[in-house]
Amino acid sequence: MAPEWIMGLAGVLAAAAPLLIAVIGETFSERAGVVNLSVNGTMLLAAMAGFAVAVRTGSLELGFLTGILVGAGMALVVAFASLTLRQSQVAVGLVLALLGRDLAYFLGNPFMGVPGPRVGALPVPVLQDLPLLGPLLFRQSPLVYIAVLSVILAWIWIFRTRPGLVLRCVGERPPAAFVRGIPVTRVRYAYAVLGGAMVGFAGAAYTLDLKGGWQGPISGIDGVGWIVLAITIFGGWHPVRGAFGALLFALLQWLSLVLQPQLPGVPSQVLNVAPFPLMIFALLLTNLGSTEWVQTLLARLPESGRRLALRILRSLQVSPPAALGMAFEEE
Amino acid sequence: MKEILLPRVRTSRWLAVGWQGLSILMALLFTTLVLLLTGAPPLEAYRQVLEGAFGSLKRATDILVAWVPLMLVTSGLLLTFTAGLWNIGVEGQIVLGAIATTGVVRALQHTDLPPPIILVLALLAGMAGGAAWAGLVGLLKVYGGVHEIFGGLGLNFVATTLILWLIFGPWKRPGIGSMSGTEPFPERLMFPTLPGLRLSPWALGMALLSVALVYVLLRNTYFGLRLKAIGKNLRAAHLLGVPTTRYLFLALLGCGAMAGLAGSIQVTAVYHRLIPPISSGYGYLGLLVAMLANYRVTWSVPVAFFFAALNIGSIQLPITLKLDSTLSGVMQGALVLFVLLMQGVRARWQAKTTVESDDGA
Repeated sequence: MAPEWIMGLAGVLAAAAPLLIAVIGETFSERAGVVNLSVNGTMLLAAMAGFAVAVRTGSLELGFLTGILVGAGMALVVAFASLTLRQSQVAVGLVLALLGRDLAYFLGNPFMGVPGPRVGALPVPVLQDLPLLGPLLFRQSPLVYIAVLSVILAWIWIFRTRPGLVLRCVGERPPAAFVRGIPVTRVRYAYAVLGGAMVGFAGAAYTLDLKGGWQGPISGIDGVGWIVLAITIFGGWHPVRGAFGALLFALLQWLSLVLQPQLPGVPSQVLNVAPFPLMIFALLLTNLGSTEWVQTLLARLPESGRRLALRILRSLQVSPPAALGMAFEEE
Repeated sequence: MKEILLPRVRTSRWLAVGWQGLSILMALLFTTLVLLLTGAPPLEAYRQVLEGAFGSLKRATDILVAWVPLMLVTSGLLLTFTAGLWNIGVEGQIVLGAIATTGVVRALQHTDLPPPIILVLALLAGMAGGAAWAGLVGLLKVYGGVHEIFGGLGLNFVATTLILWLIFGPWKRPGIGSMSGTEPFPERLMFPTLPGLRLSPWALGMALLSVALVYVLLRNTYFGLRLKAIGKNLRAAHLLGVPTTRYLFLALLGCGAMAGLAGSIQVTAVYHRLIPPISSGYGYLGLLVAMLANYRVTWSVPVAFFFAALNIGSIQLPITLKLDSTLSGVMQGALVLFVLLMQGVRARWQAKTTVESDDGA
């Protein structure tokens, strides 16, 4: 049997897997310039719908497919409303975030607490017997493998291929992309829908794998979508940095659970909500370097200290795709 | 890329009504499909909602009980929307108002202070609590560069946890804490309600007052004008000498105070104790009301009433039709979504017809 801490870390990886997939999805969408704020509602609806279909049909594949379709559909609405109908991306995204949640609770009512199929672990032959690494990496659910693969593939796609260059261009300089013959709006549609599909897949992973079932409002999925959006920003729209953010996040959450018995004075609710102040703190870190008061403060520091502080702040700083959330009129 | 010229729109009032009617119809169609998906009889469900909302005088006044906090929240949100802020944190601001009010009542209920004074102090504390929570969002935005959507949402979850911790921890009932909330307040510290009803005329008065206040502020004052300037173009307003940071904070604090007051009223006039779902989701609902009313004070009054009616009408659904009461949320969300979509369709359609008629001329 592997040591306990290895099992703990393996659990962290499992908990981070859906976060990773959703963050990569949202990164694709935002790299193309489309902010899909509906992630929280999308994940809830996909989680519920995926589970409901899996229960009715007994097929996990159909469950995941439903999650993907729900996610793609929600993203299509955001894209259509903002790219074609020129409505505010924030407004449409928020409405869908709220509507998705209510739809999930309304339609999911009959499926609350119902037993259903669940994805099992898929050990990789040979590799699973490696000491330490085996139990950590190679006795996981297929979801973890998919998550790790999607991070690597996303990095290659965005930074090492021609379509990736097109994607970055569309998010940074849509007019420049357009005059070079790139159909900006169509590219944006494609990546928004791809991103939504990944977010929906991640949502379904919660009920079909990680949590195993739908519990309505106490499923513990509400709020995850907002964390995904925050990690996308913290990751600076970079798949590897985003993955690092998601892993760090899952690690801190696990640590808080492990530390709980050591801190009898701290009520359990405080640790349960820890992700959200953490989310604010992470966003704070990415922006502090550019705020006025920090810069005046830094100017007062002695030379050596200032250099170090500046270097730390700069490494955390991120800059969004220049045309993020902005409309583009093809003429 | 050619500069986009706004089409000369010949607005016709009847055409506008027609477009809105179409959005409502599509939202109804969507909700009907959702109901059919669950196998519920749609017509019967709609009848039950109507019956639940307007079936008796008591229920009809219950709509007003729900309208009061919703309207307070929406009034506050109109300030932040005017300043161009997405104050999603409004939900947490309601909660903090309720917590601060409960704290003051608990601290003062065994003193000799006359009840009206305690109540006024409790309401003021609620406003301060909501404003403080909104101020945090402002601090994070202005001095930390954290967008108000994320700051506000994060603080909403913190507020929900805070309320659970209080109810199950320091403020738990003698014996054991439970989801039913804290010990009820003594009767002299409850706002009087109309005989036999849950509606407090005081609460209604405060909601009406806040709508009037926001209406006058936005329409007839220099403050409102500057707020609009900031909302339209923050940089331009700043260059023109508007102290933008101060105005952003004022809008947030004002909204927070009104949301906090809504929380106070839920505690002192409706539930008479602190319960975990004290905000009833009125914060998020207020955002939808403001969007549907196209950020106009006058329209938000009937829209808030309609949304409150849907909420009250859905309460009985779990008993009568075994449906989840979130049906009201589905209807409200669908309505706002389709109005947004149809606005876009209408703008495109008008742009097209304008261009065509110009070409023909």
